Amino acid sequence: MDFFNRFAIPHPSFLIYASMVAIGLTGIAVILGITYFKKWGYLWREWLTTVDHKRIGIMYLISALLMLFRGGVDAIMLRAQLAIPDNKFLESQHYNEVFTTHGVVMILFMAMPFIMFFFNFVVPLQIGARDVAFPRLNAISFWLFFMGAMLFNISFVIGGSPDAGWTSYFPLAGNDFSTSVGSNYYMIAIQIAGIGTLMTGINFITTIFKMRAPGMKLMQMPMFTWSALISNLIIVFAFPVLTVLLAMGTMDRLFDTKFFTIGDGGSDMLWANLFWVWGHPEVYILILPAFGLFSEIISTFARRNLYGYKSMVASMVVISAFSFFVWAHHFFTMGQGALANSFFSITTMAIAVPTGVKIFNWLFTLWKGKIEFTTPMLYAMHFLPLFTLGGVTGVMLAMSAADYQYHNTMFLVAHFHNVIIPGVVYAMLAGLTYYWPKMFGFMLNERIGKWTVWLMSTGFILAFIPMYITGLDGQARRMYTYSEATGFAPLNMVAFIGAGIMAISFALLVYNIYYSVRYSPRNIGNDPWNARTLEWATHTPVPEYNFAVMPQVKSTEAFWDAKKHGHEIFKGKIEKIHMPNSSGLPFIMSCIFFVFGFSMIFSIWPLAIISLLGILGCLVYRSFEKDHGHYIPVEEIEDTETKLRGAK
Amino acid sequence: MKIDHSLPLEYSTEENRLKIFGFWIFLGAEIMLFATLFTSYFVYEHRSGNGPSGAEIFELSPVLMETILLLASSFTIGLGIHAMRLGKQKAMMAFFAVTLVLGLGFLGFEIFEFTTYIHEGAGITTSGFTSMLLTTLGTHGLHVTFGFFWGLAILLQVKKRGLTPETANKSFIFSLYWHFLDVVWIFIFSFIYLKGMM
Repeated sequence: MDFFNRFAIPHPSFLIYASMVAIGLTGIAVILGITYFKKWGYLWREWLTTVDHKRIGIMYLISALLMLFRGGVDAIMLRAQLAIPDNKFLESQHYNEVFTTHGVVMILFMAMPFIMFFFNFVVPLQIGARDVAFPRLNAISFWLFFMGAMLFNISFVIGGSPDAGWTSYFPLAGNDFSTSVGSNYYMIAIQIAGIGTLMTGINFITTIFKMRAPGMKLMQMPMFTWSALISNLIIVFAFPVLTVLLAMGTMDRLFDTKFFTIGDGGSDMLWANLFWVWGHPEVYILILPAFGLFSEIISTFARRNLYGYKSMVASMVVISAFSFFVWAHHFFTMGQGALANSFFSITTMAIAVPTGVKIFNWLFTLWKGKIEFTTPMLYAMHFLPLFTLGGVTGVMLAMSAADYQYHNTMFLVAHFHNVIIPGVVYAMLAGLTYYWPKMFGFMLNERIGKWTVWLMSTGFILAFIPMYITGLDGQARRMYTYSEATGFAPLNMVAFIGAGIMAISFALLVYNIYYSVRYSPRNIGNDPWNARTLEWATHTPVPEYNFAVMPQVKSTEAFWDAKKHGHEIFKGKIEKIHMPNSSGLPFIMSCIFFVFGFSMIFSIWPLAIISLLGILGCLVYRSFEKDHGHYIPVEEIEDTETKLRGAK
Repeated sequence: MKIDHSLPLEYSTEENRLKIFGFWIFLGAEIMLFATLFTSYFVYEHRSGNGPSGAEIFELSPVLMETILLLASSFTIGLGIHAMRLGKQKAMMAFFAVTLVLGLGFLGFEIFEFTTYIHEGAGITTSGFTSMLLTTLGTHGLHVTFGFFWGLAILLQVKKRGLTPETANKSFIFSLYWHFLDVVWIFIFSFIYLKGMM
């Protein structure tokens, strides 16, 4: 029995038991449902083994939306707890667990897969490629991310959630102060997902550098592709730091090494430093693709070329370089001295300059444009002022002397939500609405979509602006309650109401998907938004091979110029197309990774060794496997093309 | 699969060129990985707590042997790739085999070195310094171990399938990896051992 004690929840509560039952029932329902509709074969052939970048993209999207709701429920619980003073809804331990998982889930398992969805679905289409450079590796990336996310998510029903904050600072996250396996989950689940992300980075850099359509020069790439390139470069340079960091943390917790201990020569500050050496570039990994999406959307619906293309590219390059030189601004108060603080203060403020360049470029793109207020554009219009507000409070926080007042208060919480929600989340939802017709062949309802945007902004402002004020008044972050005498109560209630309105807007998004599946017209053609880049030049739904004939590109806005000047992008005859084969190996190997991670978390060494050998076995199998892909014959392509053309 | 005969075998197809390019990017990530390890090592260099310091445990002779073996293996794999370019499969395989044997020798000395450290009371749990030292060396050692089995798998494939664009590509990428480990070792030798002994 002793063996099984380790799986028990250290701080059980009714909510956790209820979730256990809910998870169990949902699991059974899903399995029964798939069996009843006889979809196992379909699921295996078309999804679990696929190497098609579009399908992998859609799987990223589904995971991101699921995680958005998990993280969202966490957020509502946090705000509910703080809504009234001395609340008894969550105890301190549960509050710690909820804000920790909220942070990790939202950043690593919601925002990251969401941008991965855009990388996967959009980039190969935008550059006129048939797939990514390494389709099999792409599947491995997805499945490793997915298994990492699942591993992290089971923590609250098996063994206990991590509770040391998403930053997981030592010594708090060490064995002395975090006795449950929660922090093991943190170290190992993120490690597995992180390896997947690193591979995505390598894959997309190679894709973008080497697989562009004939004629497309680097300085003619669409802005989203540029942002994806820069973002992936940051991934490749930042994620190895995380790999080392998490390995060190794992060893401290499992093997009693002395990296981040107080005595024996350990250095707990090294965790904080290395965490942010990865962590700060990480936020730019998220925000740059968001900028890229807004660039596409704003120029499409202002019906103008993007203003300042070169300065857009240059500013992203500068941001990516600077993102590696600002990490210490996350702990100005932790005693590194005036000189270091000044340095990081200045670099942090400097990063506002290229960001400002981008804001002005978007404004100048709108200037004299024939603006069309579609739902994606409405998100962009809400993004501009709200994000600028978040940026300005960021500059306030960058002043190291003043930071002693703001540090670890709700002011900081308000600031980073103010850049992440209007920046990343709005971009993701705008992009989702924008690319929805390309994925599924019908549009999301515009009226419901606009309601969603307005409700979300209303909710956002009510939820987060009050936090700036309570933060300046001294309300600390991560505190599970406060007394009536502090006077924080009314504004926290407002914030709770705001969070509720945001929840309604997300529910409306779900309703919109349901409504549009049922009622949206299906005859929308290939280019419903009258857009500018190559992904809109191919058919909807996009055929497996993306483009029957490789597009010839002469300008930045290839498709727009082709429409306007009437020249041909698709010149030449249809030839047989080489495509990669599907493979079950990425899925199987990632499942073994899941078992490996699980056995490491609970220190079940025999199973850990067996599963590690299993992973190595998969690698050996792959090395000896002969896989030359397959060809789609010309007749089949012509058939598909006629059918897709006829469908319009 | 289109084969371009004007290029060396390992570059001859589109897929091969992509793989080599991608592997260079991967090596970029590996540089960051080891850079993080080195930076952390410098943080812990003098944080030895109650445990021994570097000067007390480092010994020149095993380290020198490891250096000679690994540098020699980098040379032989270079000869192996040269033989591959000339289309001499037997010579190439012989050089690869020598490389792997040298790698194995390196690992033997490293294991000996580690056991000595542990006997001298410098285990992985002793202090911040020993934790970091053994992690940095161990990460490199694990790379060499992984490389040994990877190289073995490639050797078997070359034996079975001959020099095709695929096997040549794999061998070439493996040689990049192996040279990279050598470069990392030079940094380990200079900035961990020599600096620690001075």
